[in-house]
Amino acid sequence: MRTQEYVLNFGPQHPATHGVFHIIMTLDGETVVKAEPICGYLHRGIEKLAESRTYTQVIAYTDRIDYLAAMLMNLGYVQTVEKLMGVEVPERAEYIRIITGELSRLASHFLSTGIFALDIGAATGFFLCFRERERILDLFEELCGSRMTFSYMRIGGVAEDLPEGWLDKLSDLMKIIPGYIEEYQNLIAGNEIFQARTKYVCPVSAEEAINYSFSGPNLRASNVNYDLRKCRPYGIYDRFDFEVPLGKRGDCFDRFYCRFLEMAQSVRIIEQAMEQIKEVDGPVMGKVPKMIKPPKGEIYHEIEAARGIIGYYVVSDGSAKPYRVHVRRPSFINLGMLDKMCAGWKIADVVAIFGSLDVMLGEVDC
Amino acid sequence: MGGKTDDKVESTEDLITEVAAAEVQEASSARVLPGIVEQLKQKYAGIEVNEQLTVVAPLDNLMDLMQELKHTYHLDYLTNLTAVDYPDENRFEIVYNINSIGHGYSIMVKTGVSRDNPVVPSVFPVWGGAVWQEREVYDLLGIVFTGHPNLKRILTNDGFEGHPLRKDFEWVGGRQ
Repeated sequence: MRTQEYVLNFGPQHPATHGVFHIIMTLDGETVVKAEPICGYLHRGIEKLAESRTYTQVIAYTDRIDYLAAMLMNLGYVQTVEKLMGVEVPERAEYIRIITGELSRLASHFLSTGIFALDIGAATGFFLCFRERERILDLFEELCGSRMTFSYMRIGGVAEDLPEGWLDKLSDLMKIIPGYIEEYQNLIAGNEIFQARTKYVCPVSAEEAINYSFSGPNLRASNVNYDLRKCRPYGIYDRFDFEVPLGKRGDCFDRFYCRFLEMAQSVRIIEQAMEQIKEVDGPVMGKVPKMIKPPKGEIYHEIEAARGIIGYYVVSDGSAKPYRVHVRRPSFINLGMLDKMCAGWKIADVVAIFGSLDVMLGEVDC
Repeated sequence: MGGKTDDKVESTEDLITEVAAAEVQEASSARVLPGIVEQLKQKYAGIEVNEQLTVVAPLDNLMDLMQELKHTYHLDYLTNLTAVDYPDENRFEIVYNINSIGHGYSIMVKTGVSRDNPVVPSVFPVWGGAVWQEREVYDLLGIVFTGHPNLKRILTNDGFEGHPLRKDFEWVGGRQ
């Protein structure tokens, strides 16, 4: 019998693409022969827009890069400008940044756990994970009035001090979250069908992961110990005791599970920070001029965000507007190997592979 | 569950030990090794080093330099690749940020290319992570990377004219 390859479009409008993403797949039966990823449907030109805004105005654009962990996007940008200007950040602001940043990471990991479960076919996991994310977003709403695009960080500190009683609410939440994580452990990670769909699917070796500049949980799942919070601590991360979860095989399950284990570590960091911030009083904004004009020069700074390394390259020409802002987006670079990863796997695995990379399309297209 | 998938499933207890928590890595404070930069300066003609220890390399021996950075100095992780347009000096500047996973240090390498003929060798053979980043630079700044396996527009659509991040790109709307 004569057989022939055929072409199938995955997306751009497809719930499992987590946004608007397009893969043109050439299939031989159910097996993927070639996959051609196409992105850019969400491209807003943030880098270009930043060139005609002041340094402070750019903060609001960084929210829109990874809107699921917007605090970390803010943090990377303000730290870059602070480094360029040599601004010192008050200690209380540093603690608030750690707490809000890790909360953002938790909220993002909750969502990605739920969405990955949904991709695999477990709709319950999706709804459960939204329950906890909601409570974190409530805390953020109380803090800065926004649930997604916070713009809470400022060059030199944070916008406002914590509201009264906020830390108690946070502490209550941190007490229940480990229980929730255990629930997911039983419901999702320990689920037989879930494991059958993800284990041994598309393993990525450590060499490949490094070569293709993977970052975040995707890199660590391939057993590469590289977490910027640990190996090149920024802010005050050197004051906290936490572990970096590593995977062994780098398959879909490990990528998911590294993210999963990171949630417990984030809770650990927040608990320590809550304890330490009690003794730290003082302002939450450093001494920063009203008009931000960094000296002529350039800087590249990177931090560990929820999906990997977010880096900002800022060139200043001495004026009030940046000459060039480039954002190194982890999701964008993590996708570089997608065509290679999908080839040879079944069409149902493509959803698992794409979901396990946990990309955020706002970040891919910037 | 068919027979094929049964052997894949393990109990939850095994999983926890499988993804073992990593040992705390020794924090490396050295961001750039000045020694490396010094050695490179002697080996390659035309290399300049500025105060922040950024290496500015000429285009003609860029690939040799990159190969050496990866294989001799263990700078195995290309974290960032981008470019900047300087129309006043009639050149583009391509910026590479490269880290060493094992040693924790990092280096910034820059190279310049004329705006009239912006052609640069692709570093894809050295670091695969350049594959989409070079496409992005090609799309937004119009710099051509020779030796790239699939140099096509990536963020803008195929019929798009011009390169938005060039300073002379004319755009409509918004604030200027």
